[in-house]
Amino acid sequence: MNAFEISSQMIDLEAFRRRLLNRSCGAYVQFDGWVRDHNEGRQVLRLEYEVYEPLALKEGSRIIAEAKQRFGVSNACAIHRSGLLELSDVAVVVGVSSPHRGEAFDACRYIIDQAKIRLPIWKKEYYANGNEEWVNCQRCSEAGHEHGAVSARVPR
Amino acid sequence: MKICVRFFAAFREITGVETEVVETTAASPAGLFEECTRRYAGLQNYSSSMVAINDEMAQWDSMLSEGDEVLFFPPVAGG
Repeated sequence: MNAFEISSQMIDLEAFRRRLLNRSCGAYVQFDGWVRDHNEGRQVLRLEYEVYEPLALKEGSRIIAEAKQRFGVSNACAIHRSGLLELSDVAVVVGVSSPHRGEAFDACRYIIDQAKIRLPIWKKEYYANGNEEWVNCQRCSEAGHEHGAVSARVPR
Repeated sequence: MKICVRFFAAFREITGVETEVVETTAASPAGLFEECTRRYAGLQNYSSSMVAINDEMAQWDSMLSEGDEVLFFPPVAGG
């Protein structure tokens, strides 16, 4: 199995964890991203991920390799869902095993943070009022942009 | 030169186009996108977009070559 995968099926978390078991590791950190029932004051019913797989796989593998090199952890993997997801489904899972916990926490955080801003993955939310909308990225909000309402032009 | 342009997610819905081959004089993805905004007005409403050329992430000022496939990615939202 590859360090970074895209899956159109529900993620088997127990199998995922077993892949990272390692007798030389005393720490395992796992992050699950769940489908939440609200976003920015609106009630979310379900969501859909569109993934451009050729590049998502390449870039995802790079992020994992960076994390391993930067934090010196023993192993790291991640799986991101594609397609239609229901509330409380696991949208993404990141797992890191390491001799000690500090670097495992750091590497896990690095992987999920980078995945959110670098992978060609888009999320469409379906709301209780019948509307649907593509959600903008975290980087936009950090830069002070409004979701879906920015009028700035493409960066040069 | 001829360039293949692909739109994803919100960009695809705004343009109604998934893939198109265009004749352009644009030297970079930025110029090419600018041309697209003249044809598809809604494209102006995005920032923090990303671009890839031939399945590799690229810069907005990267150089284009005949036959390149340019992928326009609206703001991503994984996780």
